[in-house]
Amino acid sequence: MTVLSNALLLTALPSDWPGNNFWLHLVVFAVIIIAFVLSFVIGFIWLERRAMARMQARLGPNRVGPFGLLQPIADAIKVLIKEDIIPSRADKLVYWLAPIIAFTPVMMLFAVIPFSNGAVLSDLNVGVLYFVAVSSISSVGVFMAGWGSNNKYTLIGAMRDVASVVSYEIPIVISLVGVVLLAGSMSLNQIVQAQNIPYILMQPLGFVVFFLAGSAEINRAPFDLLEADSEIVAGFHTEYSGMKFALFYLVEYAEALALSAIISTLFLAGWKGPLLPPWLWFLTKVIAVFFVIIWVRTTVPRVRIDQLMSFAWKFLLPLALINLVITALEVLFWQGFTPWVSVVVNIAITVVLILAWSRMLKVGGGRVEIVTGGETKS
Amino acid sequence: MIAQNISFWILAVVCVGAALAVVSLQNVFRAALALVLSFLAVAGIYILLSAEFLAVVQVLIYVGAISVIIILAIMMTREYQHGSPSNKLRVPAFIVSLTFLGLVLYGIVNTSWNISGSAPASPDTVLLAGKLFGSGGYVLPVEISGVLLLAAVIGAIALVRNKK
Repeated sequence: MTVLSNALLLTALPSDWPGNNFWLHLVVFAVIIIAFVLSFVIGFIWLERRAMARMQARLGPNRVGPFGLLQPIADAIKVLIKEDIIPSRADKLVYWLAPIIAFTPVMMLFAVIPFSNGAVLSDLNVGVLYFVAVSSISSVGVFMAGWGSNNKYTLIGAMRDVASVVSYEIPIVISLVGVVLLAGSMSLNQIVQAQNIPYILMQPLGFVVFFLAGSAEINRAPFDLLEADSEIVAGFHTEYSGMKFALFYLVEYAEALALSAIISTLFLAGWKGPLLPPWLWFLTKVIAVFFVIIWVRTTVPRVRIDQLMSFAWKFLLPLALINLVITALEVLFWQGFTPWVSVVVNIAITVVLILAWSRMLKVGGGRVEIVTGGETKS
Repeated sequence: MIAQNISFWILAVVCVGAALAVVSLQNVFRAALALVLSFLAVAGIYILLSAEFLAVVQVLIYVGAISVIIILAIMMTREYQHGSPSNKLRVPAFIVSLTFLGLVLYGIVNTSWNISGSAPASPDTVLLAGKLFGSGGYVLPVEISGVLLLAAVIGAIALVRNKK
């Protein structure tokens, strides 16, 4: 009972809450994480549909429950009681395992995210790398789904996913090195503790690169061309129905939740903030980041596959490398100065670099030549 | 200690079983998936050895990058369902791999391994960084391997470049 009453207060917890017992810690945090992911995914589905509808001058779901709040639950029940279809020429074992292999790593991601000071399932000293490594496993599930379904559209979707994962993992890792250099640690809790100024101000370029590359890695719009309904049906999960489809849907939103959580932790100072309890600050920041992701989705049109590639290799990768060099120089030579000077300088560098690089991408590079009847247009 | 022993044996059996599946499965795609499982089991063994950094990097590079490239190559091939058909090289391949296994076993059995009695360092990240990049460490080998990899990448691009 003491554990529960402590959980309800949550404002001033001891750093080793709920006690030193390994199994108690594991069970309590596993329950918290599962409840957090499931409730936030349902909330995010509702938020995304309503916010997108508002931005597109529609109403969105508003019939089931107040403001349509119960719509995702009704959808979940509908999907659960649907017939489970397996294509007759599918590779049964691979087809059956794919949703599980896509889902498990996404849940594992939340093991290193601190909800409050020390309130984390496992405060790994390689937390940042753990996040990147584990998130790359779930793409294996996507290939298995695409290949096991024995359908050309699923295979095209899976191939596009392979291409995007291979390309975007590099800028993600390099842009995170800047944060690690500044904080002097890879443990997520220590990175939050080191952020007296949120790193979005100290590392604006790293933030932009990580945000864009992260959205591409989890296939959010405008990089959702591996499940683009208008060209390849639904991509890798075309043949899935019932509970297996629901798992893929859950993976998609849980990945968005994980990205929002990691951005809030690394760049927005995580649970730190005045007045409000730390967990409330953390959840507020997660929702704010997810709202920006929705905003981007409704604003920007979908990119082509060649644009996806050139964006990773010609835009994000050079900027991530430049960010790494600048951060390393600042950490080496600028320790004595007041941090606010470097905030101004960093933001100025970011604006200049992004403007310059967008200009370079416009001229020729990043666009394919379309040959129509012998005459070349660019 | 018992829990560690149990975990080690589970991981070892999974690792060896998956490795055997890689070479014995007819279906190339399933063989690649078994390879992923084997890589993950090796990462688990690294964690048991208190080498967290190595374990995470194993997952990041082998599962996240190398397996993905292998799967991409398989998806590009035709007739992947019944990929590796048996051909005339079966017997020579068997002899070569048997010789290699013999050499490796001989090397393992006849080496006197230095085992340190002290507890493993934790956290290992800072110490590892000092070894790799600090003065008196292994900066030169790290740089040389980086240049070698870059040369390999450039070579691959030069091979497949559209010659116009």
